[in-house]
Amino acid sequence: MVQSLGYLKESPSQTAGPYVHIGCTPNFCGIEGIFEKDLGSGPLYNDKTKGERITIRGAVFDGGGYALKDALIEIWQADADGLYNSPSETRGAADPNFLGWGRNPGDMATGEFVFHTIKPGKVPFKNGVWMAPHITFWVVARGINIGLQTRMYFPEEEEANAADPVLARIEHKPRIPTLIAKKDGDDYRFDIRLQGENETVFFDI
Amino acid sequence: MRAPQRALISLEGTKSEITGPVFGHNMLNELDNDLILNYARPGEMAIGERILVHGRVRDERGVGVAGALVEFWQANAGGRYRHKKETYLAAIDPNFGGVGRTITDENGFYWFKTIRPGAYPWPNGVNDWRPAHIHFSIFGHGFAQRLITQMYFEGDPMIWNCPIIKTIPDEEAIQRLVAALDMNATIPMDMRAYKFDIVLRGRRSTLFENRKEGN
Repeated sequence: MVQSLGYLKESPSQTAGPYVHIGCTPNFCGIEGIFEKDLGSGPLYNDKTKGERITIRGAVFDGGGYALKDALIEIWQADADGLYNSPSETRGAADPNFLGWGRNPGDMATGEFVFHTIKPGKVPFKNGVWMAPHITFWVVARGINIGLQTRMYFPEEEEANAADPVLARIEHKPRIPTLIAKKDGDDYRFDIRLQGENETVFFDI
Repeated sequence: MRAPQRALISLEGTKSEITGPVFGHNMLNELDNDLILNYARPGEMAIGERILVHGRVRDERGVGVAGALVEFWQANAGGRYRHKKETYLAAIDPNFGGVGRTITDENGFYWFKTIRPGAYPWPNGVNDWRPAHIHFSIFGHGFAQRLITQMYFEGDPMIWNCPIIKTIPDEEAIQRLVAALDMNATIPMDMRAYKFDIVLRGRRSTLFENRKEGN
């Protein structure tokens, strides 16, 4: 027998379940006094954060067209200059007034989630190619066995979107619009469809 | 109704996936990892079997993941969750909230104190019961490592007839979610211990980013 490679196997994922709020947004579900505030709640920016303020609204829909009322949505994005506030960022220091991560449980009655954030800058892919400005979304809920990763792009960035190497990976071109937010007054609307017609593109990363 | 019908599209990790938020120890309060006391009224404590849950978060290469935020939530000793939408008839424990969090140390180790949760009936089949379990949410160093899973307890016969556990196709993988009774870490006359190790996705090093820890 050859030597073992010795790699460990990733812990299997399990559903977050219907009570994910207890662990991730306890104040939201009425468990007050343990954490001062729910992690990732509120605007992602403060007064000193650089960049254009934006609001993203949306909901997560199941195969029957119904909005999930027990989903938990997280976002991860770069700052206005396209830098990530992460130790794994090798290009320089990101805006110290912007973590770039947020968490929203969605309204218990309507399922709508809201993020108040900034528009991210473009981020390099490799070989001198740039990705269009985008925000990574991660969705968990009862009935979802492994967190679903997707991306939101901006409708006004037509040229950058057309040149985006990740969108270019999507062979079925009619599916690309599922990743592009819609303008909704001053806000962006980004609905995520888990199943069926206009199913959102999800990534294995 | 909630599973995508189309295949996931594979994507090589870009900057967006290999970076992720990191949380500072300064956000933690003293009792964040003590579920026995963090919701209890002064001088009181949660009712149930007192246990210490501890373990290590590593990546696939066996390297400890330092500074990883670990969040956990669970039902009380009777299997009752403290949640608006929960209607199971077992009693709420007025001194138990069921939520905690901690951050791994420089070697990836974490621990918390809690009470052992009870089994919990749920409306799936007509008589389905979840085994005793604790939900875990883990942030690694990259957003691609983001993981939510559940921990089960060694020797629980309910594990082998749970539809949620059966979504994992092989028994060996299921066993990796079962925490072992750890008498070594038990605190005599105080609490028993369970050891639960977690493995996050590893990252392949590239020659262009010469970092000792691999990335």
